Amino acid sequence: MHITQGTFSYLDELTDEQIAAQAQYGIDQGWAPQVEFTDDPHPRNVYWEMWGLPMFDLQDAAAVLHEVNRCREAYPNRYIRVTLYDTSRGRQTTGLQFIVNRPQHEPGFRLNRQETHDRVVRYTLQSYAAEAPHGSRYDGGAPEGG
Amino acid sequence: MAATQGTDRQKARLSSGVIPYAEMGYYNADYQPKDTDILAAFRVTPQPGVEATEACAAVAGESSTATWTIVWTDRLTDYSTYQAKCYRVEAVPGSDPPQFIGYIAYDLDLFEEGSIANLSSSIIGNVFGFKALQALRLEDLRIPPAYVKTFQGPAHGMVTEREYLNKFGRPLLGATVKPKLGLSARNYGRVVYEALRGGLDFTKDDENVNSQQFMRWRDRYLYCMEAVNRAMEETGEIKGHYLNVTAGTMEQMYERAEFAKELGSVIIMIDLTIGYTAIQSMAYWARAHGVLLHLHRAAHSTYTRQKNHGVNFRVIAKWARLMGVDHIHAGTVVGKLEGDPGMVKGYYSTCRDNLNPTDPDRGFYFDQDWAWMPGLFPVASGGIHAGQMHQLLDYLGEDCILQFGGGTIGHPMGVAAGATANRVALEAMILARNEGRDYVREGPAILKQAAQKCAPLQAALDTWGDITFEYQSTDTPDVVATPTRAG
Repeated sequence: MHITQGTFSYLDELTDEQIAAQAQYGIDQGWAPQVEFTDDPHPRNVYWEMWGLPMFDLQDAAAVLHEVNRCREAYPNRYIRVTLYDTSRGRQTTGLQFIVNRPQHEPGFRLNRQETHDRVVRYTLQSYAAEAPHGSRYDGGAPEGG
Repeated sequence: MAATQGTDRQKARLSSGVIPYAEMGYYNADYQPKDTDILAAFRVTPQPGVEATEACAAVAGESSTATWTIVWTDRLTDYSTYQAKCYRVEAVPGSDPPQFIGYIAYDLDLFEEGSIANLSSSIIGNVFGFKALQALRLEDLRIPPAYVKTFQGPAHGMVTEREYLNKFGRPLLGATVKPKLGLSARNYGRVVYEALRGGLDFTKDDENVNSQQFMRWRDRYLYCMEAVNRAMEETGEIKGHYLNVTAGTMEQMYERAEFAKELGSVIIMIDLTIGYTAIQSMAYWARAHGVLLHLHRAAHSTYTRQKNHGVNFRVIAKWARLMGVDHIHAGTVVGKLEGDPGMVKGYYSTCRDNLNPTDPDRGFYFDQDWAWMPGLFPVASGGIHAGQMHQLLDYLGEDCILQFGGGTIGHPMGVAAGATANRVALEAMILARNEGRDYVREGPAILKQAAQKCAPLQAALDTWGDITFEYQSTDTPDVVATPTRAG
């Protein structure tokens, strides 16, 4: 299973140089970079953990890459994404978002079906990894640092 | 009522007979439009022998207070307020028979708040059949912020939709299920599942997919939602299928929309043929229930396409933003359906931007200020394929929805492979653009490189790479007389 959230999930994993180039593109648009991570990749999990605050007023994408790599060291087996946030009026939303780190093994999701009245089915998506508690997902149960 | 005193103009209003519109106050070259006026630009083709100012004044008259003869009851009103005023007439260079652009101002008091039915009944209600004109086209409308603010606007808007779907920084991808008629609900859902699991964000019912005997709406909804949820399971992404709720009555549309909501669909769709009031009703419903609303512009070409008569699509796009839909089909430039590049860019700007400055190349006759009403997604659909990705991104930008129907479902390796080809082509092009590459010029090379690691993309390029639709547009700006070449 390969989760395809974020722009560029259908391409090969981005190299550090490619990550920096995308971050620089966002910075040049006036967007604020931010690094986020999670062990709950449900598509409706909006609030990934923040690796520090958004880097407002940053000029050089090298700092983004630095934070990505620090986050990778701390959480090598989690999803990490770079978000570039557009503060301009009428937008005030994410301008670009892409995954830069994945767990070695992505078990994916189970689709639960609750059969109800008149052939109506209620669907629920459940992440296999999220069945384990926070901190012990994606590692065969062993807690990871952080 | 005594009416013998007053100006000549006032006296003329009581002379019996057919109105000389220009003399009656419907033409006033000295009039200074107010910030709150609704302004219209009409392309007027008078009958031979009818003066341009008289023809344009007649348009102003027939689209506001006038009838064909004098009525004394005008004098019971402050009629000069309610009269539309043609304040400028410009000849269209090189037109034969002669055409003129008539600029007409309407006082805001003439219109009911928040009603496109009322606005359109007023401005395009009667006047298009007027005998003194050979042809008439409404080219543009300036909707003042004072009137914009009386409308709900898009049920959700582009920003909210992106946040809800968790998709940023690229156009969204869709496909219309084909063949659009004849598939059973179960087979139809197969196409939805394959296209979504392959990498599309949305699939779509076509405009005439409603509830025919071979596929009733309820069955279609059930199978499509099974397909949507299976694709979400396989990708971990939010997916949707535009469930068309278009039906013969509002009651049926509400019933279908409620069922789509119950099944957890993120989006429903309607056709333009349901009418403006029905669209506004569905937009209120969509906001109230957190469901996105897609509008298919079915039948618009019957009145938008010909340059001398009808209503320009940019006016329909403005109305769509006010009526409150989240998506509208707005042209592709490079695909199989009508669209001059400048004009299509104008339609996209109308959907997305807060300001549309006057620009003849884009067909804007006025400055349009949207007062920060949210934008909606323009949708490009019809004869587009992965090999055009650089051109599509260049012409249309990233805030749009690209729909590859044949270009997904007709893929030689299957529907899912077709979807993957489109997604890979798109992401490769966004990556290259953001890296600062000259992606328009290098587009074919970028696609070729991406295809080295993606067999479905290579097959798509081999199949459709050379297909273009190069016909001259019928609706071109007056200032640019060159034919459109998609290329």
